[in-house]
Amino acid sequence: MTVTYESAIGRYEPVFGLETHVELGTRTKMFCGCGTTFGAEPNSQTCPVCLGLPGSLPVVNRRAIEYTIKIGLALNCSIASWCRFARKNYFYPDMPKNFQISQYDEPLCVDGYLDVAVGGKTVRVGIERVHLEEDTGKSLHVGGATGRIQGAEYSLVDYNRAGIPLVEIVTKPVPGTGFLAPEGAKAYVTELRDVLRTLGVSDVRMEEGSLRCDVNTSISPRGSGTWGTRTETKNVNSLRSVERSVRSEIARQAEVLDGGGRVIQETRHFHEDTGVTTSGRSKEEAQDYRYFPEPDLVPVAPDEEWVKAIAATLPELPSARRARLIESWSLSELEFEALRNAGALDVVEATIAAGASPADARKWWLSELARRANDMGIEVSELPITPAEVARVAELVAAGTLNDRLARQVIEGVLDEEGTPDEVVAARGLAVVSDDSALLTAIDEAIAANPDVVARIRSGRVQAVGVLVGAVMKATGGKADAARVRQLIMDRLS
Amino acid sequence: MDELITMTAADLSAAMAAGEVSAAEVTTAHLDRIAAVDDRVKAFLHVAGDDALAQAREVDARRKAGEPLGPLAGVPVAVKDLFTTVGMPTTCGSKILQGWRPPYESTITRRLRDAGAVLIGKTNMDEFAMGSSTENSGFGPSHNPWDLDKVPGSSSGGSSAAVAAYEAPLALGTDTGGSIRQPAAVCGVVGTKPTYGGSSRYGVVAFASSLDTPGPLGRTVLDAALLHEVMSGHDPMDSTSINAPVPPVVEAARHADVAGLRIGVVSEFSGDGYQPGVMTRFTEAVDLLEALGAKVTEISCPHFKYALPAYYLIAPSEASSNLARFDGMRYGLRTGTGSAEEVMALTRAAGFGAEVKRRIILGTYALSSGYYDAYYGKAQQVRTLIIRDFDAAFSQVDVLISPVTPTTAFPLGERVDDPMAMYLADLCTIPTDLAGNAAISVPCGLADEDGLPAGLQVMAPPLADDRLYRVAAAVEAALEQRWGHPLLAEAKGLAR
Amino acid sequence: MPITRDEVAHLARLSRLALSDEELDHLAPQLGQIIEAVAQVQEVAADGIPPTSHATGLTNVFREDEPAPCLTPEEALSGAPAVEMQRFKVPRILVEE
Repeated sequence: MTVTYESAIGRYEPVFGLETHVELGTRTKMFCGCGTTFGAEPNSQTCPVCLGLPGSLPVVNRRAIEYTIKIGLALNCSIASWCRFARKNYFYPDMPKNFQISQYDEPLCVDGYLDVAVGGKTVRVGIERVHLEEDTGKSLHVGGATGRIQGAEYSLVDYNRAGIPLVEIVTKPVPGTGFLAPEGAKAYVTELRDVLRTLGVSDVRMEEGSLRCDVNTSISPRGSGTWGTRTETKNVNSLRSVERSVRSEIARQAEVLDGGGRVIQETRHFHEDTGVTTSGRSKEEAQDYRYFPEPDLVPVAPDEEWVKAIAATLPELPSARRARLIESWSLSELEFEALRNAGALDVVEATIAAGASPADARKWWLSELARRANDMGIEVSELPITPAEVARVAELVAAGTLNDRLARQVIEGVLDEEGTPDEVVAARGLAVVSDDSALLTAIDEAIAANPDVVARIRSGRVQAVGVLVGAVMKATGGKADAARVRQLIMDRLS
Repeated sequence: MDELITMTAADLSAAMAAGEVSAAEVTTAHLDRIAAVDDRVKAFLHVAGDDALAQAREVDARRKAGEPLGPLAGVPVAVKDLFTTVGMPTTCGSKILQGWRPPYESTITRRLRDAGAVLIGKTNMDEFAMGSSTENSGFGPSHNPWDLDKVPGSSSGGSSAAVAAYEAPLALGTDTGGSIRQPAAVCGVVGTKPTYGGSSRYGVVAFASSLDTPGPLGRTVLDAALLHEVMSGHDPMDSTSINAPVPPVVEAARHADVAGLRIGVVSEFSGDGYQPGVMTRFTEAVDLLEALGAKVTEISCPHFKYALPAYYLIAPSEASSNLARFDGMRYGLRTGTGSAEEVMALTRAAGFGAEVKRRIILGTYALSSGYYDAYYGKAQQVRTLIIRDFDAAFSQVDVLISPVTPTTAFPLGERVDDPMAMYLADLCTIPTDLAGNAAISVPCGLADEDGLPAGLQVMAPPLADDRLYRVAAAVEAALEQRWGHPLLAEAKGLAR
Repeated sequence: MPITRDEVAHLARLSRLALSDEELDHLAPQLGQIIEAVAQVQEVAADGIPPTSHATGLTNVFREDEPAPCLTPEEALSGAPAVEMQRFKVPRILVEE
C-alpha cells in the first residue's frame, strides 16, 4: 500500500460507524435456563431449546429485557412501548435452528446518543438502535494452517454459547471527525465499554468475546458533499484494533479512489499482525434474511412503570461522574484523563473519603502506586494497599511525622505486606526526628564542618544553607523535617 | 373381537377403577388388535410393545398402592409421531428423522404419562404434518378402516385410523389447517382442535408455529373430552400458551343440551365442490339441531373464501423457517459428501419428500424481500379480516357450523399428483386455524353415494371449547338414537 | 409465468435443497399454479388493516433468570452423526459468516 493515512486524510473526509455486540451477564441464557459460564466443558450447558431440537420453544429471560432497557436509557434512547422478536433466516452450522431470533424493524430501544471526548472536543455519537438477539455456538476449524475457516478440513461445534443474550448497539454514521476518526472510533468503544461496565450488565471483556465490534468506514473527497461507499470490518478484537482498522481502511480506500477505482461494499477481515484488512464476503450479493415476526414469542410491551423503575436503578454514568469529579477535585480534563487511564478513579475517590485531600490522593496513586502496579502488571485497585492506608500516610505527612521520602518508604513497606502504615513506621523506625535537641547536635556538627558554607550564608547567599541541611539530613538518615532543620540552622547562625 | 377393544375410554376407565379388569389386560388386548390389523391399516410407525405393558403394569401397581388415579389411568393412547417421546422414536413421518430418539419428552405426553395413560405407540402422519391423506408420509400411507383403498385423512391420519380400527380408544393429533378434524370426519370418529394456546406445543415438532394446535381424537364425544381435559392447560415452557383454566369440556360433554343455543350456518361453505351426500348429511344435522331446540340462522363470513390462499402462504412460510434446522449437522439423516453447505443440501434433498420441498420453496418465496408485502404480509392482513368475521358472527350466534370437508375419504392415489386438489380438503377447517379459536368434528352419518363417513364441524370462540362438546354430544346422542348404534358399528371393512 | 425455473433454482439454493433437474422441471409449473392461487389474497382491500402475527393477544410472557436443569453432553450429542472432542463434527464450512 503506497497511500499513507496522513496523505489520505488530507484529501478525504471519513465517516465511521460501529456495530457492537455485548454479551449480557445474565445467569441464564436468553430463551432457556441453561448457564452462561465462560469456559465450561463443550456442550455441557445446553438443552433442547438452545440446541434447537425439534419441538423446542423459546421463553424470554426477563432480566435480559431489563438490562437492554437499562442500556437504552443510559444511551438516551426511547424505549419501544411494543415490539416483537423476528427470525433472521440463514444456514450456518453454529446456529442450531438455522435462524437467529433477533429483532428487525421493531428494536427495543431507538434514537439515542453517547457523548465522547475526542481530542479535547465532545463528539455526540448518535445511537440508531439497541436490540436483543441470541448468540451462536462456537466452531473450531480443524486441519487448516491458521485455525481459520480457509483450508480447514472440518469443524467442531460447541453450543454452550448458543442462546446467550446478545445486545446489538448500532451507531448512526459519525462524520466530521476528520483526522481524529480512528481515535474517535476507539474513544466511542472505550466510553461505551465504561458505560456498560458501570451499568453492571456485562463484563465487557473484548478478549473473551463479551464485547465485539464491527467497524464501518467510508471516505469521500473533501468538499464533495456526499458520503462514500462503506465497508464493514470484522474481527476487531481490541480497542487498539478499532483505531488501527479505521486508519488502515481510510488509507486503503483512498488508494482505490486515487487510482480511479470504486470502493466495493463488502465485509472485510482485520488482521492483528499486519494491521490491514482483507476482503471477505461481498455485500453486494446482500443476504436475504427473510425476516418475519417470531411466531413462538409474543410481543414485549414494557409499560411506563417498569421503564421508570429501571431508570431509577441507573447508577451514576461515566460522563456524569467525570463532570462531578472534575468539579469537586478541581481537575483539568487532562488530569482527569490521567486518572481515568490509570484506572485510579475509584481508589482516589475512596482515599478522599478516608480523609485525604484530592491533591494528596492523586499524587500518591499516580506516582509510586501507579508505577508499582505497572511493574507488577496489575490494576492499581489490585495492589496490596488500601485507600484508607494511603490516606493514613498522607495524614502522617501532613502532621509532620513523615516527610515525602519517609512516606515513600512506608508505602513500600505496606506493599511488601509488612503491616499497616503505623506498624511499618514503628517497625522500621521511620518517624521524622522531631526532637530539636537531637537535631541541634547534628546542626552544630555540620556548621563546624563547613565554615566556608557558613561564611557564604552570613554574607547573604542564603541558598547555601541547602548544603548544611543536606548534611544534617544525611546525619539523621533522612529522618528530619527539612524545613525545620533549615529554620534551626538559620536561627543558629543569626 | 375382544370386547375390551370396543369399549370407550370412559367405560374402560370405570372398569379398571372398579377392579373388573387390569391395565395390563387392557393394553394386551389393544396390542393384540394392533398385531391383527395394522398390517392392513398401517396406522402405526412404532408400537410400544413391552414398553406399553410396562407402563400398564406400573399403573396397576399405583392403583394397588392406593394412589388416587384420574380418568385416563390405564387407557391406551396412540400418539401422532410429531410429539417428542423419550424411549420411542420420533420421525414426524419423515426419512430425515428416521430413527431419531429425542432426549426430552413433550409436555403433553409427560402429562399423559403422569396421569397413567399408556402410550401405546407412535402413529403415521403426512411428513411434518403437511398433507390431507398420509400419502406424504416418508414411510407409506395409512388406510381408512372403512375402506382400505381410501385415505384416512390427515395429517393425523394414523391417529384417526388407529381409533377407527379399534387399535386404541384415544389418540393425540395436531391441527394446523384441519389435520385433526378432517381425518376424524373421513374416519367416522370425533376430533377436536382446541383453542390455539390451550394445549402446549412444547415437544410438538413445529410445522406452522402460529397455527399448530395439539388435540384429542376418540370414538365418542365424551372420550375426546376426557383426553382434551388432561392434555390441556398452561405450560410455562410455551410462550404462546394461554394462562387460563381449561374450559369445562368434560362437564359439557355430559350435558348434551342445545335448547336455546344460537347456531349459525356458514353460508360460504356449500355449493360447488361439495359432495352431495356430504351436504345431505350436513343439512340433516342442521335440521336435527333445530329439532333439539337450537335457533339456527345463516351467517355470512365473506372473507372465509380467502382463508385457503392465506393459509397456503402463512403455513409454508413459517414451515420453511421451522424446517431449516433439519440439515444433518446435529441429529437425523446425514448424507452426501463435500462442504457443510453441500452436505446440508444433499441431506435435505434426500430426506424430505416432494410436498415438503414444495412448501419450503413456496414459503421461502413468500418471505423473500420484494415479495413479503404482497404475499406473507397480505396474508397476515387477511388473517385479521377472518378474525373479524368470526367476531362479528359470534356477536350474533353462540357457535357456527359447517361440513368438515367437502368430500368423503377419497381414494389413495387420486390426488397425489394434484397438490391444489389436495389442498381443497382443508377448505372448511382452515378459518378456525387462522383465527385461533376452537372447533370439533363429530360424525353425522354416511354419504349415500359411497357409504363413507361425513362429519359435522362446530366452531366456537376462543376459550369456549366447552360449547363444542355440548353441541357435539347432543348431535351424537340424537343420531345414535336414530341409528340404534354408534356410527362405527356400520363399518364393513375392518372396523368391526 | 409466475415463477421461472431459474427462480426456483435460486430459492432451492437459499433453502439448501439440492434439487435434481427433473425436480426443477416439475416444480416451476406446479408452484406457478399454487402461487397464482394464493395471489388471490391481493384482491382483498386491506388498507389500514393491521396484520395478525399472533392470534392470542398475549404480551410480556417471561421467565425469571433462574437456572434450570440442562442436558448432559451425552444427551446433547446423542443424535449426532459425528462427534469429536465432545463437539458436533461437521464438514468443512465454505463461507464465513
